[in-house]
Parts: sequence; C-alpha cells; structure tokens
Amino acid sequence: MKPSMSTPDTQPWFPLEERPICCVPKPFIEVEQLCLYYGQKLAFRDVTLAINQGCITALVGPSGCGKTSFLSSLNRLTDLIPGCRLSGRIRLDGLDVMALDTDMIRLRRRVGMIFQKPNPFPLSIRKNLEFPLREHGLRDRKRLASTIETGLRDVGLWDEVKDRLDSPALALSGGQQQRLCIARALVLSPDVLLMDEPCSALDPLSSGVVEDLIVGLRGRYTVLIVTHNLAQARRIADYAGLFWVQQGAGQLIEAGTAKQIFEKPRESLTAAYVSGMRG
Amino acid sequence: MVKALEPQRDGREWLASTFVWSAAALVTATFCWLLGDILWHGLSHLSWTFLTAPPQNAGREGGIGPILVSTALILSVCLGVSVPIGVGTAVLLAEFTTDGTLFGRLTRRSLDVLSGVPSIVFGLFGNAFFCQTLGLGFSILSGGLTLACMVLPILIRSTEEGFRAVPADYRLSAAALGLSRTTTLVHLLLPAAVPGLLVGLVLGVGRAMAETAALIFTSGYVDRMPESLLDSGRALSLHIFDLSMNVSGGDAHAYASALVLVVSLLTINGTASWLADHWLHRRIVTI
Repeated sequence: MKPSMSTPDTQPWFPLEERPICCVPKPFIEVEQLCLYYGQKLAFRDVTLAINQGCITALVGPSGCGKTSFLSSLNRLTDLIPGCRLSGRIRLDGLDVMALDTDMIRLRRRVGMIFQKPNPFPLSIRKNLEFPLREHGLRDRKRLASTIETGLRDVGLWDEVKDRLDSPALALSGGQQQRLCIARALVLSPDVLLMDEPCSALDPLSSGVVEDLIVGLRGRYTVLIVTHNLAQARRIADYAGLFWVQQGAGQLIEAGTAKQIFEKPRESLTAAYVSGMRG
Repeated sequence: MVKALEPQRDGREWLASTFVWSAAALVTATFCWLLGDILWHGLSHLSWTFLTAPPQNAGREGGIGPILVSTALILSVCLGVSVPIGVGTAVLLAEFTTDGTLFGRLTRRSLDVLSGVPSIVFGLFGNAFFCQTLGLGFSILSGGLTLACMVLPILIRSTEEGFRAVPADYRLSAAALGLSRTTTLVHLLLPAAVPGLLVGLVLGVGRAMAETAALIFTSGYVDRMPESLLDSGRALSLHIFDLSMNVSGGDAHAYASALVLVVSLLTINGTASWLADHWLHRRIVTI
C-alpha cells in the first residue's frame, strides 16, 4: 500500500499512491493521554482519540480550548514554541511521533498542515510549489513541472493560473492563496492533512470552493480539520470530536461518527453545542 | 454643504499640527541650507582633475585622488569585515536565541551601549589593539577594522530587526512543509530580511564615511596614494577636517571635498533604497 514507507532513505521522492477509500474504520493516528503545556500552563489534558485513515475528522468547540494546539502537536510544530511540552503518546501509522529520534523532516512531510490564514511564500506561484519539492529531493525538471501541474489541478487552480505561474503568489485572491497552500502541501504527497480553520479567513464563495476541495480529498488523505463552522463540519465530516474548556484546560468531551455527534450526542454539553444552545 | 462637512479644528489640534509642521520644516531647512552652502562654495572647484589629482601644497591645490582611493579602501575593509559578522550575529540573535535568555539580553544590551560609544573611544581602542597589539601600525587595515567595530552594533541591530519583521507565518509554514531550518533561513528569511540589512548598511556606511576621530588614530594622515592595505591613508572626512582646521586657505578645497562626500553618501543611500525597492523585490518574488 505504501511502498515508500519501507524504503524511506534510498527513495527520497515517491509518487502519489492510490489510497484506500474512506470509512473503512482503520485508525491511522492514535493519540493516547496527550497533554500539552505552555510553560506551566496546561493547554489541553488527556486527549485520547483515534483518527481513521482516509476519512475527514472534524474538531469543533469554542475558541481557546486547545484544538489548534492539538493539531500542531500531531506534526510536532509545537516544538517551535519555546517552553512548550507534550506528554502522552501519538502513533502515526506505527511511527512514534513523540520519540526524540523521530525525523522531523520526514514526519512533517507525511503530515501536511494548512493554516487559518493563507500563507504562501513571497515567491512566484510556481516557486511556491517547486521550492518544497526541490528541498525534498525532486530535481528533475520534467517531473517538477508535471507534479506542479497535477498539484494545481488537484486544487482546481490550474486553469486560473496556468498563464501566470511566474507572477507573485501574494497577488492571488485569498481563496486562491489558500488553495495554493493546499496544493503546496499535496504535492509532497502526505498521508495526513491537518487543517486549522482553512475557510474562516475566506469569503463565502471561496470558502465553498475550498470546502468542496476538502471533500474531494476524502479517501486519498486522512484529513483532520478544526472548524468553528458547525454547518460545515456537519456537511463534510465523517467523524467529529468536541473540545471544551474544563477546569482551566481544554479537553476532548466526546468523539464519534459525525452522525452520532450531531444527531445522538451522548454528552449534554455536546448536545447543547451542536444544537447551537452553547458556544 | 461641503464646508459643513469639514471637520472642526479645535485649538489643540491646530497647535499640534503647527508644532509638527514647523519641526519638519526646521529639519528640512537646515539640511537644505547646509547642502546649499556646500554647493555654493564647492561646486566651482569641482572638476575631473580635482577628483583624480593628488593633493599639493597641503591640499590647497591639486585634488583628492589618493584620498578617494584610501576612503574607498577603508570602507571596503570595514564592510568586508562587518557585513558577514553582522549578518551572522543578527541571525543568531533573531532566530536562534529566545527572547528571555541571559545570553540574548546581554548581547543586545552590550550592542546598544556600544552603538552609543563616542567614536574617539573606538579610535583609541583601535590604536591600542589593531595598530599596536596586532602590529598593523597606522594603516588602512587598522582604520577599516576600527570602523568595522564601530559600525557592527548598528548593522547587527537593524539586521536583527529585519529578521524579526519577517512574519512568523513563513517559519511555521516552512516547518510544516518539512523544510530544514537552514533552508528556511537561506531561501526565505534572508531575502526577506535584506531590507533591514540595507537600512543598517546605509546607517553604517554613513557613520563610517563621516568618521574622523576614530581614523586619526588608526589609518593616519598620509595623503599619498596607498600602495597596499598596510599603508597609511587619509580618509575624505579627515581631509576636510584637516583643510578647514589646520590649513589656512584650504577652505575652498574643503568645501569641494565636502561636496564629494555628501554626493557619495546620497548616492549610496539612493542606491540602497533603489535596491530595496526594485531588484530585491523582483528577486524575492521570483528567486
């Protein structure tokens, strides 16, 4: 299924593989008892969650309850924050994410991330995709060009930008920039995509385009999306989890299939939140 | 109708804007007066011969050819040494030291103190260390190195600011794409921090070109054409100082030399901002 995983060092580059279709519940990321501290302050505690392969899992909850922190701990982006400390266990397809000797560069290539605010590099559209590809070992010009084209087609940007690949990425509209960022993550053919409110900085129209794009990723990538937009979560998610602040720190209140969370929540807090009575 | 829409200015606002405008006018007028004075007295003496010929009769006659060469050499030594060290230190301070650490605080504090130290102190230090301890004597090399010490604090601090002005987003998104720190630094942060470096360079070059006191003790007074970096050489600002203070009848050439100094400073400033606006912008966009 993933030949590349067995020969990571000899083959720095591997093509996008067909992934199994969604909703064969097979945990790809298993998080156990995960706690995160900023200095002395506990950001979230004891999160235990299994994220299924090829599915879209949405994390919902009010601001400041640790959803984004949780997301960034999965690709160890929290390492960049001074004084930030993790405890617990994260396993990604058998790989111990929190082990000291985990190769960050390989981990982050397998786990792509999209941020709330579109953040293309101040380079041309082409260079935005070419630069990370080159850094990960793809140097052949023809393959670069075709990978870039595929990446841009995947996010529906190719027809909009094919005539101006060398113009600055920052001149694109917000929605286009966000799709470019998604393409930038996709061309590295990751297994997992972490999305931190990818639509919240966009206008409704662009937001809709990006949302359709995310739905199209189902089955090929394991998507974990943080969103404040409950309607969106309801539309796109296969699984959902609710974060809430309890006793001064974030906590995963309930997780399950989207249908269960939105229609038959077990916890009263979840019921109140998804019905719009709280939060 | 239009009048009714105009904002009512109260007395305090009028006072504030008058104060701001007169302060701005005062500064601009001082600069214009200075420039006008130099142009008025200096322009008539300026010629190709003046720029290339060696000085004669203690500078009353002849030109400033060797002095321009010495100045350029001193400046090259100064920048050749200070830019690499400055960028390196700025990278260390901005990217590899967290804000609160003792090391970072101490380094920044020392740099701030150093940038306020009078140049004569740097001159004495340069004389003691480069000329005597290292045995470089009165030479262009000693002068350039002393100026490098003087310029470094300004260069480091403004380059550091340049790095800090780069949005944290770039670092995060680069890390999330699995790019190494070195790659991120070289391909993303450095180009984005160049405007800060250029500001530091402009300030630093300005300070170095205008420097007199530190050079009296280090690069010396000799107005012959230098043959190597170990020769003594007279800097332009020192020449102006000498002509106007020690040489009677040297005023005319002092004015002409001052004009050359001002024009070259303005040229350097202009080039730096042009670089920042055009060339770098294109480069950053299309690496």
